Amino acid sequence: MANAKELRKQIGSIKNTQKITSAMEMVAASKMRKAQERMSRGRPYSDHIRAVIGHVANSSPEYRHQFMAEREVKRVGYIIVTTDKGLCGGLNVNLLKAALKDIKVWVDQGVEVDLCLIGNKGAQFFRSYGGNVIAASSHVSENPAMSDLIGSIKVMLDAFESGKVDKIILANNVFKNTMTQVPTLRQLVPLDAIKEEGVSAHRWDYIYEPDARELIEGLITRFIESQVYQAVVENVACEQAAKMIAMKSATDNAGDLVDELQLIMNNARQAAITQELSEIVSGAAAV
Amino acid sequence: MASTVHCSIVSAELEIFSGMVEMVVASGTMGELGLFPGHTPLLSGVKPGPVRLRLAGGEEEIFFASGGYIEVQPMSITILADTAIRADDIDEAAAVEAQQKAERELADNRADIDFGRVSADLAEQAAMLRTIRKFREQR
Repeated sequence: MANAKELRKQIGSIKNTQKITSAMEMVAASKMRKAQERMSRGRPYSDHIRAVIGHVANSSPEYRHQFMAEREVKRVGYIIVTTDKGLCGGLNVNLLKAALKDIKVWVDQGVEVDLCLIGNKGAQFFRSYGGNVIAASSHVSENPAMSDLIGSIKVMLDAFESGKVDKIILANNVFKNTMTQVPTLRQLVPLDAIKEEGVSAHRWDYIYEPDARELIEGLITRFIESQVYQAVVENVACEQAAKMIAMKSATDNAGDLVDELQLIMNNARQAAITQELSEIVSGAAAV
Repeated sequence: MASTVHCSIVSAELEIFSGMVEMVVASGTMGELGLFPGHTPLLSGVKPGPVRLRLAGGEEEIFFASGGYIEVQPMSITILADTAIRADDIDEAAAVEAQQKAERELADNRADIDFGRVSADLAEQAAMLRTIRKFREQR
């Protein structure tokens, strides 16, 4: 029979852990609200600019930016956005799994892969897993500034421009709701053409004011910035949501564990009392 | 009823307008653009200035966009603004003050000011004031 004193100590320590996890849950909940708001404010812009870029890629413009030209793929670049801190359930694992699956398809075709990692967890993972990391940035704050991100992205874009990389894919978690975050991989460059109703399928071109080259270059820069920014902001919201859920289930589990141990402890205490009583009674009977 | 086209105005911070309109008047980099439903595809920069929408039903709404891009498709018009604001939300006093500050800085003509930034500021504030005036006229 377990010792009542030992059990009491164990229950105490679990209760302490429970306090910590429930505090972390509340912190995550309040951070999530802010992160979610930031994310939903940025979403229309990034969605619309993606649609516009899709149209542009669909048209047959007089000026073709090199980001618009598909070329034979010899090397693929991945921009993978993960969190800096852990304790957020399977969020990073799911994303990395999805990314690795996609990477494996390329590798099987003999295509090489370069990685650009945003966030600590991804960097840690690929350090042990191995992989050609060409840029990494971590400690991105909860309210990231574009300037913090642009450095590592630029490495990737430069690699594309100089022809070292033929395709860039952005991998991040997309926030559906508090319970579900979906690992998503999207092609960033070359621009993905969107087929859509209302936009004619035959060859057409925009009227450009003032100049096609200037406009398209500006638009593409804006597009990439907004996509990466949105990916990071979205990832922050996912992180907080996943953390909240993870901490909530940790708190619940701790509660269950305490209940169970309490029962065992009460049993042990009761057994000890019964034993003592029967010893006294049998002692008295012997006298 | 007049034919309509779907128009949305989004800025980096929020989607400020989305709905069916009869006409859009925006200030493109090459001059004013008047856009009706079924316009041929057009891609243009946007100058700081007012964006006037005639909604389905004839009502008018005025917004201020501080530069960005406009994409026109026969069935949809998208304005990707850097910042956009409803005309009646513009703080006129703040705009006047910012304009005067920018003018002063330019007049000071010191070497350490960023000339490009200040004159861009000035243009933006002037455009914002223009938007307010247009909005007043309309009412």
